[in-house]
Amino acid sequence: MVKQLICINCPLGCHLEVDDSDKENIKVTGNTCPRGKVYAISEVTAPKRVVTGSVPVANGDVLRVSVKTASPIPKEKIFDCLREIKATRAVAPVHIGDVICSNVCNTGVDVVATRNANKI
Amino acid sequence: MTYRNIVIVGGGPAGLAAATAAYDAGERDIVILEREEMLGGILNQCIHNGFGLHTFKEELTGPEYAARFEQLVYDRGIEYRLGSTVINVSADKVVTYVSEKEGLQKISAKAIVLTCGCRERPRGGINIAGARAAGIFSAGTAQKLVNIDGYMPGKEVVILGSGDIGLIMARRMTFEGAKVKAVVELMPYSSGLNRNIVQCLNDFNIPLMFSHTVVDIKATDGRVSSVVIAAVDERLQPVMSTAQEITCDTLLLSVGLLPENELAGYANVQLSPVTNGAVVDDQMMTDVEGIFECGNVLHVHDLVDYVSEEATHAGKCAAAYVKNGNTATEYVPTCGTNGVRYVVPQKIRKDDNYEQISLRMRVANAFRNVELAVLLDGEKIVSRRRPIVTPGEMETVVLNSELVKRVKQGGKLEVTLLGGTK
Repeated sequence: MVKQLICINCPLGCHLEVDDSDKENIKVTGNTCPRGKVYAISEVTAPKRVVTGSVPVANGDVLRVSVKTASPIPKEKIFDCLREIKATRAVAPVHIGDVICSNVCNTGVDVVATRNANKI
Repeated sequence: MTYRNIVIVGGGPAGLAAATAAYDAGERDIVILEREEMLGGILNQCIHNGFGLHTFKEELTGPEYAARFEQLVYDRGIEYRLGSTVINVSADKVVTYVSEKEGLQKISAKAIVLTCGCRERPRGGINIAGARAAGIFSAGTAQKLVNIDGYMPGKEVVILGSGDIGLIMARRMTFEGAKVKAVVELMPYSSGLNRNIVQCLNDFNIPLMFSHTVVDIKATDGRVSSVVIAAVDERLQPVMSTAQEITCDTLLLSVGLLPENELAGYANVQLSPVTNGAVVDDQMMTDVEGIFECGNVLHVHDLVDYVSEEATHAGKCAAAYVKNGNTATEYVPTCGTNGVRYVVPQKIRKDDNYEQISLRMRVANAFRNVELAVLLDGEKIVSRRRPIVTPGEMETVVLNSELVKRVKQGGKLEVTLLGGTK
């Protein structure tokens, strides 16, 4: 199948066409530099995103602590991951890097806090 | 009245970096005044990732980036006062602030660094006709409600403006369960990063409508019930025959940032009509001796990394001013021509001994394959090839020590675009 993508590596924003009908030999056109090709192939084979959100925190000096997946997770798991984050509550104190949900959606990636909450 | 060497107005990324740099330059009598109940400024609500690639060589979220700079301030024991709103700065450098704890206070400062950031342009700033109903928010207000307070402003959303904040909020509202029906952009292009168009809109099939605007807002029982959008012609005037109604309960406005320069105005600081920030020299000093400005209050930056860099320089220069007094005598003015909309700083001191000077600028239109050139009295002294320049991406040219020496002998510095195609 031929897919249209916009490269995100630089302000040029090349319009890429990716033909992945042959999985062994994915064809990329429209890129100006090699980074465009690498990006296009990763987008059609295994696209990944860092997911960010926030969870309520009990007994804290802030109402919520922001969180992120410690590394990118498969794009198709974004909304499952968000559901798991939404069902989670934190209790102060929370420190940046603390694990808020471990192994989110069986991705092997933890959701970690990105802000501190002091206990009050 | 109390007396301090350096007062920093605003504890966001610029204020934190300026304070740290002033301390590291040997200054110990510093206080940061912050109106919110926490340091970090706007970064606290920017919980998405993508910050700090230049500064830390890794992708951080806004709160993480802020925390690193806050830690530098804590480590140095630099004083800061939260919940303290500065209400006046005078030309003789008296800072007046109010706080619940201290009431009305005045500080006489030797140097002031204004790091007040921006406000969002409100609905009144673009005069959208229609109902005065609940459900209309600036994108940043919605961001604060969702990310800090945990409150969802609506369920079906239209966003006007495709700058980065609008794009980021399209994704955030989608993540939190709302339906974003469209992002509407007046211009034929987005001023947001490609990365955000791809990862905030395309990932979730949110339509981006260029050359369109909101022409009416309708309401039922005091709440937004729909917005009417229409295409615009080449003079950006709506073509009413193209009008279409989109059902929604929320309209988010991401229609520009305005440097918050009321305080600079009270102090009679000269402002630039192009940047809406102060006119500064290469030490980030305004035309009022001892008042410095940096960060988004000076001109809107795309990346916080550049804010930190600029503010670090301003903090260092403020400390030097406290120590040595004003040494400025003569200036070389800078300007942008042929598509370069502005250059900051607007003038370069002939006296100082800094090793390098960063010229920051924005272009008025997108150009491909263009030469960005610096001319000193008409003679080309710097030439940089750019595959593309766009209004949404700030350009920086760093003059090295040898060039700085030459510039000081000169009369006028000009940054210009040569060649290139639109």
